[in-house]
Amino acid sequence: MKVESTRRAAHGGREPLSLRLYVVGEAPNSAAAIRNLEILFPGGESSGQPVEIEIVDLLREPLRGLADGLILSPTLVRLAPPPVRRVVGNLSNHGAVLLALGIVP
Amino acid sequence: MKKVPDRLPTFVPGLDALTDGGLPRGRTTLIVGGPGCGKTILALQVLVEGARRAREPGIFVAFEERAREIVKDAGVFGWDLPRLQKDRLFFLDAHLDSSTVHGGAFDLAGLLAGLSAKARQLGARRIVFDGIDKLLAHLDDPAAERLELLRLQQWLYESGLSGIITAKAEQVDPTHSQRYGFLQYLADCVVLLQHRLVDTVASRHFQILKYRGAKASCNEFPMVLSDRGVEIARYAADSLDHQVSTERISSGVPDLDAMLGGGYFRGASILISGAPGTAKSTLAAEFADAACRRRENTLFVSFDEGSAQIVRNLHSVGIRLDRHLKSGRLHIHSTNARARTAEEHLLQIRSLIESHRSRCLVIDPLSALTGTVGGLEARSNLERFIALERNLNITTLATSLLEGFSEAHETATSAGVSTLVDTWIHLSYVIQGGERNRALTIVKSRGMGHSNQVRELLLTNRGPSLSDVYTAGGAVLMGTLRWEREEQERAARLQEGRAFEERQRVTEDSVADVSSRMEALRRERDEKERDLKRMRAARTGDVGTGATRVGEIGRMRRGRANPKGTGPARPPRRKP
Repeated sequence: MKVESTRRAAHGGREPLSLRLYVVGEAPNSAAAIRNLEILFPGGESSGQPVEIEIVDLLREPLRGLADGLILSPTLVRLAPPPVRRVVGNLSNHGAVLLALGIVP
Repeated sequence: MKKVPDRLPTFVPGLDALTDGGLPRGRTTLIVGGPGCGKTILALQVLVEGARRAREPGIFVAFEERAREIVKDAGVFGWDLPRLQKDRLFFLDAHLDSSTVHGGAFDLAGLLAGLSAKARQLGARRIVFDGIDKLLAHLDDPAAERLELLRLQQWLYESGLSGIITAKAEQVDPTHSQRYGFLQYLADCVVLLQHRLVDTVASRHFQILKYRGAKASCNEFPMVLSDRGVEIARYAADSLDHQVSTERISSGVPDLDAMLGGGYFRGASILISGAPGTAKSTLAAEFADAACRRRENTLFVSFDEGSAQIVRNLHSVGIRLDRHLKSGRLHIHSTNARARTAEEHLLQIRSLIESHRSRCLVIDPLSALTGTVGGLEARSNLERFIALERNLNITTLATSLLEGFSEAHETATSAGVSTLVDTWIHLSYVIQGGERNRALTIVKSRGMGHSNQVRELLLTNRGPSLSDVYTAGGAVLMGTLRWEREEQERAARLQEGRAFEERQRVTEDSVADVSSRMEALRRERDEKERDLKRMRAARTGDVGTGATRVGEIGRMRRGRANPKGTGPARPPRRKP
């Protein structure tokens, strides 16, 4: 992984932003979070940086949430680049979300 | 049939009896309390005991502490959590990182979905949400708090799990804050735990504030945290019925046994009260010694002195406890009364009784258990204690410092203890004639005829003994006065003896005198008899032998004329 990111840096390309969003089915906060991500990263990128988003539905994989230490939902996790960061909530506070993900608006 | 809510046995000592079977099953119980009052331990204990004894799997959701730490800390109570974690217990680390960024409104739906799946997988029946206040603090909004609490309650209700939610109360009176008002409204049962100082000793208290659909005592009960977990101390004496024994056992002092009409009853509780130095401990030790000699395991709980000191001091009055200590028959438990609450002391004594299998128990002094505060708490402590030892048929002898004998003193210093005990012996000082002497009285002794006499207690190097006292002019004589009286009597007896001897001697003398006089008279009589015989004999000779005599005289006369004449005297020639 580390090797890969070094290679990417050497290529001059920007490392993709890897995110995972835990949602609970169609629950209001979860649905809002998905919408907010679409608004924040239209077209799957952020200022030219590719954004990869994995959506985990806790109603389908309930034990995964426990294993991943998920208490509050929805939760957005920045998996890469390190360090891992977490943002909880429906992501309606865009400024706070971007700041937490390390993206200067 | 009366509709009684289904109960969830907690297996927490005292709690199930208090709540008539346990917490409401399939409902939510809220445990509120300040920091360090035992909320987490109580909740965990219900979960662990349920898994162990009822084989009901459970889930522990830790919002406040790390689950890892909780598991580790529980080792203190002897709960083998790692083993239970294999198939019956699940700990969820729900510690909320304070650095978590809030990017908008959130809820517990994900967590609850996960917990539902876990509960199904495990077959869980019980669930604990520990430190819900930590979670609520993240919500920052009273409306959101209510919403999530409602969600939680709804989830609990639908899951069919018996839930316990613990919440830290920040306020002095937690029942008055808005948050807890709502929590209490949601919960079917609310338990308040308090941790406060009573007379500089920290003590825990347990109280049920609410129990929907059931009658539960709303009194406050002492709660104890021991090495076996939480225990609620309730009034054990639900019933006063207990096995009674007519067997008598020795007090260790034969004179006292005689006063009691044979000794103490087995299983009785005996109180020896008295001022300092009235030999309460000595009597207690005699009892212990006698018990050990009967081969009965005896536990000696001392709040005053260390084991070595006790043995040495008692050796000086001829009580040798060292040999019983060596044989293990006697166990001396010395502890500082102030180190724990009365509850904790009681609990420790109980576990010592169990491990040592004691049949006799000495508590010296009892005040450590009744507390110095007096009042209700002290009395309930003691009631429970006495009920405990009666149930176990353990004979208990306790000493109590009691300066005076007045009613006021009794209620103040021994918390009405005397009404609870079976036999009460009071030791006092009697000052008389410039001396201080120990007096022993049996104030009461249930179910036995006993002496009403005040006795003087003497401490000799062969142990205590009781001496009869003299009553003179309404006063009891003791010490030197008693000794003087005894001496007087002894002298009188001596004198009487001498007089008798004298009289005997005089009589003997006169007997001897008479005897000797009789002897003299007898001799005199014999002499006179002999004289008389002689006299009689002489008179008979004159009559029968007169001629002879004359002839004889004649011969004698002739003899004078013819002195050479040897032949028969020739009759004198008659003149023609």
